[in-house]
Amino acid sequence: MPNGLIAAVAIAFLCTARITAADTIYVSNEKDNTVTVVDGKTLEPVKTIPVGQRPRGILLSKDAKSLYICASDSDHIEVLDLVSDKISRTLPSGADPEYSALDPSGKLLYVANEDDNLVTVVDIDRGEVVTEIPVGVEPEGMGISPDGKYLVNTSETTNMAHVIDTATRRVIANILVDSRPRRAVWTADAAQFWVSAEIGGSVSVVDAAKREIVKRITFAVPGVPTEAIQPVGIAITRDRKLAFVGLGPANRVAVVDAQSYEVLKYLLVGQRVWSLAFNPDQSRVYTTNGVSNDISVIDVASLKVIKSVPVGQAPWGVVSRP
Amino acid sequence: MRPIHYLRCFFGIAMREWLRFLNQRGRFFSALVRPLVWLAIFATGFHFVLGVSIIPPYETYVPYSVYIAPGLIAMILMFNGMLSSLSMVYDREMGSMRILMVSPLPRWFLLTAKLLAGVIVSVLQAYAFLAIALIWEIEPPWFGYLAVLPALILSGLMLGALGLLLSSAIRQLENFASVMNFVIFPMFFASSALYPLWHVKEASLLLYDICEINPFTHAVELIRFALYGQLEPVSAVVLVAATAIFLTLAVYGYDPAKGLMARRAAE
Repeated sequence: MPNGLIAAVAIAFLCTARITAADTIYVSNEKDNTVTVVDGKTLEPVKTIPVGQRPRGILLSKDAKSLYICASDSDHIEVLDLVSDKISRTLPSGADPEYSALDPSGKLLYVANEDDNLVTVVDIDRGEVVTEIPVGVEPEGMGISPDGKYLVNTSETTNMAHVIDTATRRVIANILVDSRPRRAVWTADAAQFWVSAEIGGSVSVVDAAKREIVKRITFAVPGVPTEAIQPVGIAITRDRKLAFVGLGPANRVAVVDAQSYEVLKYLLVGQRVWSLAFNPDQSRVYTTNGVSNDISVIDVASLKVIKSVPVGQAPWGVVSRP
Repeated sequence: MRPIHYLRCFFGIAMREWLRFLNQRGRFFSALVRPLVWLAIFATGFHFVLGVSIIPPYETYVPYSVYIAPGLIAMILMFNGMLSSLSMVYDREMGSMRILMVSPLPRWFLLTAKLLAGVIVSVLQAYAFLAIALIWEIEPPWFGYLAVLPALILSGLMLGALGLLLSSAIRQLENFASVMNFVIFPMFFASSALYPLWHVKEASLLLYDICEINPFTHAVELIRFALYGQLEPVSAVVLVAATAIFLTLAVYGYDPAKGLMARRAAE
């Protein structure tokens, strides 16, 4: 049996399978002060762009032409122009911006300032701070409802999810969750938001209307100590069938049935998995692995990790651009 | 001698091997249970130890059980090769080998036929193992199941030829225990079956070199790459060369006029 022929057939097969997903992946590297660009088709890194100090949370603009980068140690937001791959301008953000959320209109950016216990509202076009909203200690997670009416911010030390009315810019509800909440992610139908708790090792599913926890999802990976299970990144499919949860130093992504809240599977990825992002058609999930310095690519249909791609030092945020 | 005689002889030997295989169900099960024990118990115990780096042919992190699967397949081939050689010792003790050896066909053909017959049984067992290994989510791509066939045959030939060579030197059945000690265990542990070689290199450069020249390592790697539809050319060359050397020496060893058989007769 000619091995070469089989390999050729296999490569052809893989190529046809990959044509469907032609996106570009951007990864912020916290320690390198760079953004790595990965071709979604070949899954090879194609470019490294130098950016500000300690880039963490990244977001795609509404027109998908620029990338908003929280340059935590530069104390501002940088706007990366994705045509020229150069920083075109910076936005004020308050001190130590870690993570941000974009208003559905694409005009306002909500930034969590970890050191000042504030959420800063930034007008992108004017490049000005509109206002600051005081929240709990060490704010981090930012999730804006699909209609833009509510913003959920999590505070790492207060262990709360703060619901902010974006019209009045006031905290209207506080929900106590497990220890060190990291992310708040809304379901596409706006009925729920999910909050991951890194130390608590859980994900709380919150009913958005009642503002009550309806389910607390816990994880148990065979052979992995409980304290290594530290949920951070969450990605929920638009049809709310599946949710993916990155479990930090457990080096696994949990696949959760988003209707029954049962954990279906644990997928082995790189070390200290952090942020998760879908590609545009949601056929894949990308994960940043902060310790092994790579991203892993999960195929949503087969629920298998198909490849891990090396990027810069301490990859933190990831987005996929169509 | 016409080709039909060769063919008839080969079928005779293959049938005998097949019947032996069917009659010794215990052998079939033990050949399967052995690697499954490694997979079910050993791999579970060690699964948090590895999985820290990506080495070809893998494109992402793999659980330990996936890593050791090719090594366990090679283990099946090795045990079968050795057991097949053990049967030669048995045949010699029981006198049935004389029947084979008085055949007018050349000795090299008889030995090669015996070798091929053993490999067919080994390959079937390897596929049986792969089927059961699906339970542990060892799921190579579908084309890997096809691509691994030539790798299994070549590795089986190499290990079987080594078995033949050993059998020409072993006098009694009891000596199989020494084969376990001095051949099977060192070959298995000084290979890439249980740990990636870069791990070994970090600990001992000498051991790394030993692993590198160990033909069993190349059998494991050829199978590992083939399972993912890739060819590892160095391993293929090493295996072909090792098979040729072992088989030549075995033919020499079974030659009553020269080799070890002559010496034994003289004793």
